[in-house]
Amino acid sequence: MIRYIVRRLIAVAGILLVICGITFVIFYVLPADPATLACGRACTPERIAEIQHQLGLDRPIYQQFFDYVVGIFAGRTFGTGEAAVQCPFPCLGFSYQNNLPVWSLLMDRLPVSASIAIGAAALWLLVGLGAGVISALRKGSLWDRGAMVVALSGVSLPVYFTALVLLYVFYIRLELIPYPEFVNPFTDPAGWISAMILPWITLAFLFSAMYARLTRAGMLDTMAENYVRTARAKGLPERTVVVKHGMRAALTPVITIFGIDLGQLLGGALITETVFGMPGVGQLAYQAIGTIDQPVIMGVTLFAAFFIVFANLIVDILYAVLDPRVRYT
Amino acid sequence: MTSLLEVEDLRVRFSTEDGVVRAVDGVSFEVDRGQTLGIVGESGSGKSVTSLAIMGLLRGRFTVEGSVTLGGDELVRADPDFVRELRGNRMAMIFQDPLSSLHPYYTVGNQIIEAYRLHTGATKRVARKRAVDLLGRVGIPQPEGRIDDYPHQFSGGMRQRVMIAMALACDPELLIADEPTTALDVTVQAQILNLIADLQEEFGTAVILITHDLGVVAGVADEALVMYAGRPVEHGTLRQVFYEPRHPYTWGLLSSVTRLDREPEHRLRPISGNPPSLIDVPSGCPFHPRCPYRMLPEPCSTEVPEYAPVNGGHLVACHLSEQERTETFARDILPRVQSSVRKGG
Ligand SMILES: Nc1ncnc2c1ncn2[C@@H]1O[C@H](COP(=O)(O)OP(=O)(O)O)[C@@H](O)[C@H]1O
Ligand code: SF4
Ligand SMILES: [Mg+2]
Repeated sequence: MIRYIVRRLIAVAGILLVICGITFVIFYVLPADPATLACGRACTPERIAEIQHQLGLDRPIYQQFFDYVVGIFAGRTFGTGEAAVQCPFPCLGFSYQNNLPVWSLLMDRLPVSASIAIGAAALWLLVGLGAGVISALRKGSLWDRGAMVVALSGVSLPVYFTALVLLYVFYIRLELIPYPEFVNPFTDPAGWISAMILPWITLAFLFSAMYARLTRAGMLDTMAENYVRTARAKGLPERTVVVKHGMRAALTPVITIFGIDLGQLLGGALITETVFGMPGVGQLAYQAIGTIDQPVIMGVTLFAAFFIVFANLIVDILYAVLDPRVRYT
Repeated sequence: MTSLLEVEDLRVRFSTEDGVVRAVDGVSFEVDRGQTLGIVGESGSGKSVTSLAIMGLLRGRFTVEGSVTLGGDELVRADPDFVRELRGNRMAMIFQDPLSSLHPYYTVGNQIIEAYRLHTGATKRVARKRAVDLLGRVGIPQPEGRIDDYPHQFSGGMRQRVMIAMALACDPELLIADEPTTALDVTVQAQILNLIADLQEEFGTAVILITHDLGVVAGVADEALVMYAGRPVEHGTLRQVFYEPRHPYTWGLLSSVTRLDREPEHRLRPISGNPPSLIDVPSGCPFHPRCPYRMLPEPCSTEVPEYAPVNGGHLVACHLSEQERTETFARDILPRVQSSVRKGG
């Protein structure tokens, strides 16, 4: 198991390096010249050459890539002499827009994305798993049919549509909720919840729907398994049969999918953050793409990739813990 | 004196989208302590549904009629919680496929202990000790070392032993084994059957052994009940059903017996055709479309044969006269069975 984890960690590093390389190449071949972008409006050819040198853009691409990777692990210095700028570990470069370190931009925005992801996840686990289990146990009932109709709309409605409808109903019509604005959850928990509730519901609607359908299907399969019949043959009360024997087996795959979804959202919920004006990682990506802010786009891409790849690793390990038949060597 | 288990005129129906399935249609039998009843029939003849109905384990949209009495307690109309309390305690069941019947995520110890603690309220330590004893008793080597293993770490035969240990955890009065050896290798089959017989002798359990294979019943049962299309067609002592069978369907089964001591190619011919759908049971005698001795159209396709005692006292449902039955058996069946026994032996 330890050997497996070590092997996987090495693979994770490799994957991230490849992603890094691919993004790097994409931006290198992009027609927009970063130096011109960084330079702004009033620009002279001398100034551009200077910036190119400062950013290391006059060096061969493999050298640039090497510098970039080294910078992530050891920090780096841009430019030389008077103009030298120190970029400490973990260095993802500076934004062309405001010259702030990409890493600190990400760190500023991580709490927002994490707030959205974790709150929404708690909500959709509760609603999705609960609705799925109850639907499966009462298959064909009015509850089941109703829940599945709602779930179908949940998976088919686009997130921006749900978000706008929620904003319209709760903010504009009912005036129940202030316009979502992120606040520190530790200093103002109530304000945090009221600000986050609409983004949470937006995401949770989609994911609850997906999870309810998955859970229902899983429970229906599991409750028809022979081992569930064995559990009943032992005389176990129905609650134990459902929870210990049914849900344990039905929810294991759902939980592993959950790990991947959560990892993905931690890397930024682009649409939700943008619609609600939440300054999260996703919104950062959106703005950076609009301004072709290459270091920021690179940084966000790597950051999101890191969460996804890592979530996959954790899920695989979790699976081996949850299902004794799975053995990694 | 009444028997431990009395099943009377049991009828089970399922309503499905395709129609009403008459899965069990008028089955009666008794089993007493220390006795083994073999229920035999091809797949789809209602054997499993009969046992699940006794255990109160039927699922889906079904109705049960008739009565099941265990040690004086009527179960069909009883409170489901009352029946649940009996399950795993006074009556237990083992199933055909031990791998899928054991929970893949829990150790075998956990699964045995769970049943024992539920009904006895024993502490974890006591229950664990009991589980080790049981695993040893059913022939699992080094039970202390295996109790924390998962089902997938055992072989098929060992898994079935685990199932048996689990079923016996609370010393049940009645054990129903539904095709306990069908999924196992031929060599292991005999071991499992012997184990069940040994344990039965030791604990005085009443056993219902369900199989599609008359040969399996021959080894261990005291009585045999042959079912076809959800109905009983022949019922008597092992001697009567196995050596003096009087129903053409039983003859067919006898000709397709698996002999554990013989290679498959020496086995006899199976009955031609397939068992009917239990939604559309053939008129008259349900076996008539496949019966080589049928009398058509009357009475076999028009009248349901009476299920009545024949000479010698066992029950048979067939229109053939006593004389026809005895003669046909002596002329057609006996020589075939005997010659093949000689050939194979
Ligand atoms: N839950 C159920 N719903 C509908 N039909 C069923 C159900 N369980 C069993 N049956 C039907 O009842 C008949 C008898 O089945 P079963 O008792 O399992 O046969 P056997 O065990 O003899 O092979 C079959 O035709 C089967 O399809
Ligand atoms: S009643 Fe007729 S069809 Fe049925 S088993 Fe007897 S002879 Fe065959
Ligand atoms: Mg069966």
